Amino acid sequence: MKNIKRLIVAGIAGVGLATLAVAPVLAQGLDEPFQASFKKALEGKTVGYLPVAMNFDLTEGWFAGVKKELEPYGVKVIVRDPNWSTSAGAQALTTLISEKPAAIIVHNPDVQTYAKLMQRAEKEGIYVIQVNMGSVYRSAAFVGANWIEIGERNADAVIKACQGKSNKIAIVQGALSAATSAYTLKGVENVLAKHPEIKVVSSQAADWDAAKAKAITQTVLKQNPDLCGIIGFWDGMDIGTAAAVKEAGLTGKVFLATSGGGERKGACELVKSGAFDLNVSYDVPTQAADMAGMIKWLLSSGVKPGDAKGSIYTTLTNITKDNAGSDTACWNLSDLKK
Amino acid sequence: MKLKRLGQQEVVFAIFAVLFAIFAIFLPGFATTQNMLTLLQNVAVLGILGLAMALIVIGRGIDISLIAALAVPPGLVLQMVQDGYSLPVSMVAAVALALVFGLVNGWLIAYAEVPSLFATLATGIFLAGFGQAVLFKLDVVQWSTGMNGFERLGQGAILGIPTPIIAFAVVCIVVALLLRQTRIGAYFYAIGDNPYGARVTGIPSRPIIVLQYVLAALIGCFAGFVLAASVSSMPTRIFNSTLIYDVILVVVLGGIGLSGGRGGVLNVIIGTLLIGTMLNGMTIMDISYSGQNLIKGMVLLVAVVVDSFLNPRNEETAQQGDI
Repeated sequence: MKNIKRLIVAGIAGVGLATLAVAPVLAQGLDEPFQASFKKALEGKTVGYLPVAMNFDLTEGWFAGVKKELEPYGVKVIVRDPNWSTSAGAQALTTLISEKPAAIIVHNPDVQTYAKLMQRAEKEGIYVIQVNMGSVYRSAAFVGANWIEIGERNADAVIKACQGKSNKIAIVQGALSAATSAYTLKGVENVLAKHPEIKVVSSQAADWDAAKAKAITQTVLKQNPDLCGIIGFWDGMDIGTAAAVKEAGLTGKVFLATSGGGERKGACELVKSGAFDLNVSYDVPTQAADMAGMIKWLLSSGVKPGDAKGSIYTTLTNITKDNAGSDTACWNLSDLKK
Repeated sequence: MKLKRLGQQEVVFAIFAVLFAIFAIFLPGFATTQNMLTLLQNVAVLGILGLAMALIVIGRGIDISLIAALAVPPGLVLQMVQDGYSLPVSMVAAVALALVFGLVNGWLIAYAEVPSLFATLATGIFLAGFGQAVLFKLDVVQWSTGMNGFERLGQGAILGIPTPIIAFAVVCIVVALLLRQTRIGAYFYAIGDNPYGARVTGIPSRPIIVLQYVLAALIGCFAGFVLAASVSSMPTRIFNSTLIYDVILVVVLGGIGLSGGRGGVLNVIIGTLLIGTMLNGMTIMDISYSGQNLIKGMVLLVAVVVDSFLNPRNEETAQQGDI
């Protein structure tokens, strides 16, 4: 026993000595050769952010997410809010270019309007990141949802739900002028082409407006009470579609598929309540992280703006009853802002 | 010669009747009770707004800020409930906001004598901006569990009739009584017909004008409650939409001239029915959005042209009310 005790004491003493001996070496540390230049590349830089408008879940979420990622490195993120006006947006982009930020995040209102301006920005040495709505000009990076895929996923789900039923479906589009709406419709058409048995009884634009979506859906449901599914193009608008289905007493009988940014109140809670059966989410915090990641990489790489071009299509998540209750399926703005 | 006596109200009613008959004959599923209820329900909010606008237009004014009154105070209710206030407290706050807004509008127009078009254009933008910048976190103010029960105003039915229709009917009756049965209503017409004459005869025009704008703001706020309850959220961005033109359209199409002093609740009902029938029929036919706009524009043009043929303008009518 005594011997064992001694051994232990000796062992502890030995370890202690060894630590003393090694400690000076650790205190010297090892310099990681790249972090300083990374920090220097970001410190004091400005990133301009030009959404189509602030005050809605997507654009607020992107802003909060990008700020959260970049501000700790001393990057200033400034926002220009054109409040749904395309011409105000073009003006804002022009002034942003003259302010010479390191990068500009652009949320296009359509495929054309900002194309020339973004090209000019990259010529003047500003990286341009486009989010969720790409223009005809491909800039340093596009981060966003693949709208065709969203349309396809929604159509697939609705057709699956329609099996053995009336095969009558309705489509509630967004605004006709919006390319996101047209792309989504293309995705829906791709799938419908393979299913000739499906009959589209109504395909109307509701202008992203919940009240219009409700009015259209009510009329359609009265005419076709045996409708088996509806494809909506945005969850913010399809609250109205869902209200019409609910009022007709058809919740659970009419499969409602939609898409959105996965904000908790707008997506998960409505899926949980049965208002939506499927909400295809392009998770906004992930998109924000992708944009911030792109900016970090571009600034630290020293690539000349306009030389490198690429895309980061957001991996889509299907939010259904199965995962709507989980903590990670959705996000909420107040948490993202913390 | 008999045709000469047809006013715009009758013209529009005739167009409505023809359109209705065509749809009823050629569109299966149009002339059913259920579809009629849907038709009415879909235009109920527009109709309520039309009544608010009618009150103002009869008094020879115009209220461009009506959509702000529709969007912001009810949005405030949803936002406050989301932030943990009780529903009654939030409702009181919203009604108070609408009241103050109406008072400001009325004061600007009656006492500061700013033309109503410019005054309400400015106050509407102000209120909508105030909402977006200060009151709301998001453009679409979302429903929260504290609101439960409130949705009955927009989604329920009483005796098989959807509540928005009942809300429209109630406002119709209240406004009709006000306009036809009370002295205040008579003052509205007098001021609209001849503001200076009304003042000379001793009608308290300024307070009456203030009252008009307060009533319009309150009715607008009520329409907003119905809308919010109906779609379980308040899309405050509706302020940027073309809804205000639809409202003016309902009023003018129904036959309430912008020159003031003429028309009543019936005109609003007719205007609303025409719009409702067109929207409903075209949705059933699944006409594309652009096609719908084309047809809507055509019908309106026909109504206006027929009216100007039947009621040609003369010196007196041409001078008033053209904005």
